[in-house]
Amino acid sequence: MDNILEAQKKIATLAADELETPPLSLKQLTWRRFKRHKMAVAGLVVLALLILYAFGGALFVSEQYANYNDTRLSLGAPSATHLFGTDSIGRDILARTIYGGQISLLIGLFAVTIETVFGILVGALAGYYGGWIDSLLMRFTEAMLNIPEIFLLIVMAKFFGGKIPELTILGRVYSGSLVVIIVIIGLTSWMYLARIVRAEFLSLKENEFVLAARATGTSDKGIIFQHILPNCVAPIVVTATLGVANAILSEAYISFLGLGVQPPTATWGNMLDGANQYIESAPWLWFFPGLLILLTVLSINYVGDGLRDALDPRGRAI
Amino acid sequence: MTRYIIRRLLQGIPLLFIISVVLFILMMNMGDPVANMGGRRVTRSSDYQRLTRQLGLDKPIYLQYVYWLVGNDWTKTDLDGDGIAETPGKRQGILRGDFGTSLVNRGVPVLEVISERLPNTLILMLAAEVIIILGALFAGVYSALHQYSAADNLITTISFIGYSMPIFFIALILMTVFAVLFKRWNLPYLPTVGMFDPEVGKTTGQVLLHMILPVVSMSIISFASYSRYIRSTMLEVLSQDYVRTARSKGLPRRIVVYVHALKNASLPIITVVGLDLPLLLGGALVTESIFAWPGMGRLFLYHVDRADTPVVMGILMLIAAAVIIFQIITDIVYAWLDPRIRYES
Repeated sequence: MDNILEAQKKIATLAADELETPPLSLKQLTWRRFKRHKMAVAGLVVLALLILYAFGGALFVSEQYANYNDTRLSLGAPSATHLFGTDSIGRDILARTIYGGQISLLIGLFAVTIETVFGILVGALAGYYGGWIDSLLMRFTEAMLNIPEIFLLIVMAKFFGGKIPELTILGRVYSGSLVVIIVIIGLTSWMYLARIVRAEFLSLKENEFVLAARATGTSDKGIIFQHILPNCVAPIVVTATLGVANAILSEAYISFLGLGVQPPTATWGNMLDGANQYIESAPWLWFFPGLLILLTVLSINYVGDGLRDALDPRGRAI
Repeated sequence: MTRYIIRRLLQGIPLLFIISVVLFILMMNMGDPVANMGGRRVTRSSDYQRLTRQLGLDKPIYLQYVYWLVGNDWTKTDLDGDGIAETPGKRQGILRGDFGTSLVNRGVPVLEVISERLPNTLILMLAAEVIIILGALFAGVYSALHQYSAADNLITTISFIGYSMPIFFIALILMTVFAVLFKRWNLPYLPTVGMFDPEVGKTTGQVLLHMILPVVSMSIISFASYSRYIRSTMLEVLSQDYVRTARSKGLPRRIVVYVHALKNASLPIITVVGLDLPLLLGGALVTESIFAWPGMGRLFLYHVDRADTPVVMGILMLIAAAVIIFQIITDIVYAWLDPRIRYES
């Protein structure tokens, strides 16, 4: 009681501008708006659980076990020892969804990193310099957009395929095709981002702060990356978030067609390769990895949707 | 308008040129088409070299590209391997409408290989597209009219799930339910693979029956983005003054919605459809492989596997050209429907 009285006294003596709460930072504002999108928050929770499943699950199951095959156990139905059943050569599907999940999520993340770097570079150069650089880069972007993504992915998988030897990172062996898949997904998906960044640069570069930066002798590189780029973070973050979902889907499609990451490295996509031959006898073969892909993509899409709403400057009010 | 169309067509030429160069470079690592041509293994090395020379695969890549582009009937090639070019070339090049001949099906022109499969893909894809557009129009308009209602939330959720769904997952679920389980329960069940039952033959009924599952799978996936789009354009239009005017002068709600509002709301949808239509040519790779539908997608995969560059290039260039042409048509239709848009000024 005394505390409240004291606080009231304190407030009464404050000057007007001290009474105001400090303005919220962009991050706080975004989070506040994001929280109102119920499905986006749910998506974030599901996504966290999925990450926990893939990376935490590895503490309980070893990779040797995930790749261990015993043909006597092939196509076993879900049971107490193999909760998700076993695949066509007797590997435990539960263990493979854990290790496959790690790879699928990492593919999504790394492919989007490539996509973002490439998209920002092309978009920023085209938008900032204009002229022939712009027309050249945009013609190239348009050319890439004119070929359906899945066709381009397959052609690129063939082009880069079978070149990179197996990799050993942190004591684990990865199929070299993993790098190929990450690179080709990155290289076939940057076009939309490049267009968005270009459009942002076209309008932002006319602002006075750019003129001021130029007048003080800032280099082009400095203007592009330190002055203009931070102003278009919002659309880039949204596009990149949705890009992760797309990359995971692309990996699943290309692996489903048998051109993706090669076994024994498991991904949610390549666990489905050939599963349609067993629709009658072993539906668990495709059900669990398929469901995990759906859940991941769905939750990322919801998070992206929530971010778009939260970052949209037109609706920015508390 | 004519000038605008001509200008757009001319702009398409450098674009197609860039696409063809990029693709041709990507084709160079497809594998060795000679190694297992026509399903046979070429064992004798002299045969191997003769075939390589015949197909022009011994030439450097830029020359192969030139031959592909403008043909080689203006020059002579060395077929017998003695270092003297003696045989005049026969190819006319893609610029004169010669897409070359398939390497896998020896000597069959690429256009013939493609035109055999194109109708199969088109009936599948067009059926799906019609269902998608009609379903999305209905769902989108309904959603917009009943914004934030339970039905709207349900439609929005379903379309979000459909949008995130890998096509093979929904395809496998539908196959399991309507083919495997229905069969087990002694219900009439649907066929899962192929275009017709070889025992019955290629009748209209058979093809329609085999189309159901692939068309439904594709519709569920693509319905989502269309209906979301229609919902948002419809909401925008419904809040405009002219709609309020129409309503306040006492027009029945149905006429306001379906005549006044939908007309303007469907304009942006035309763009989406116009951009999607040419992609139908390529078929749905994954759908066609799951359902073993003999269309363009599977044709593409088959020939990619066997490094049949002319066919693969042919398919990709046709799609790219179709995309460009449909973009121009879309813009023209758009200007025709919306008198506010003028391309010439």
